[in-house]
Amino acid sequence: MTEDILAIAGAWRDAGEQVAIATVVETWGSSPRPAGSQLAVTMSGKLAGSVSGGCIEGAVADAAKGAMNSGAPALLDFGISDERAWEVGLSCGGKLKVFVEPLA
Amino acid sequence: MRAETLARLQAERAAKRPVALLTRLSDGAQHLFPADQVPGPLAEAALAALDADAAGNLNLEGEAWFIHPYNPPLRLLVIGAAHITQALAPMAPALGFAVTVIDPRRAFATEERLPGVTLIDAWPDDAMAELAPDTRTAVVTLTHDPKLDDPALDIALRSGAFYIGALGSRRTHAKRVARLTELGHGAEAIARIHAPVGLDIRAVTAAEIALSIMAEIVACRRGASLGAVRAQPAMAAKVSA
Repeated sequence: MTEDILAIAGAWRDAGEQVAIATVVETWGSSPRPAGSQLAVTMSGKLAGSVSGGCIEGAVADAAKGAMNSGAPALLDFGISDERAWEVGLSCGGKLKVFVEPLA
Repeated sequence: MRAETLARLQAERAAKRPVALLTRLSDGAQHLFPADQVPGPLAEAALAALDADAAGNLNLEGEAWFIHPYNPPLRLLVIGAAHITQALAPMAPALGFAVTVIDPRRAFATEERLPGVTLIDAWPDDAMAELAPDTRTAVVTLTHDPKLDDPALDIALRSGAFYIGALGSRRTHAKRVARLTELGHGAEAIARIHAPVGLDIRAVTAAEIALSIMAEIVACRRGASLGAVRAQPAMAAKVSA
């Protein structure tokens, strides 16, 4: 059975952490994780789950911290047409959109 | 996501009710389906996503929505802690099924024979009524004993179970069809039973039979023609004649 990222996010919040949830909402091509895949992030740097094979987790965690600070969700685009995404290495050639929201 | 929305979502999931989280991507506004009142197109998209067990996207009046279905876990209910069950039990979780084995014969239904598997040593009719098979449940009878298999099949046929399989030869199944007919099941209902159980891969060993059963269950779940319901009117007619 796969781990329940929402349960982990909830438990972290209950323990007093600031938490954000990232969810893959759309994919094109050979993205490694399907829509619905989730990553929970805390301001203190904890991670659970995944939204890719590991190539964009760092960038998503940064955006998640931004969302926790601002209190506003963000929709992130990753793909080979995006230079920044190429930098963070979506070498599979896939494209995906990730929605990042603070757990308030 | 608001903590209150997360709590409601997790409560629905804990109660094993299908639920979809609908998120407006422009501002993060969220609804739960079916608990919240939502516009028709969103409700339709939620139902479709739950049905396909796959997340989806919807554009509604210029706004992008993300439709995230959370279905209760797939279950495999096995009647009989048989040799094949021992091969089946470790295979099913890898395919996403939570396994429960029902066998009132305590000598068979032991932790030693089926380590880590949920075991119920009640009579199959009581256990099955309690477990209430739904559209995310597969039921397989493996005891070879009508006293145990039939009551389980009786309840499975009255349920929404997406797969019902019964071990036994064609000859055994013909007799079973006659008994189930006596219990009041029509030919169409009885045709839901996959018997002989499993895809025909010429399985010989217990592990091969278990593989053929899991392959047939997956085929049914994914709507492959291999897993289509087998109509056996000729056999039913022969038995009742």
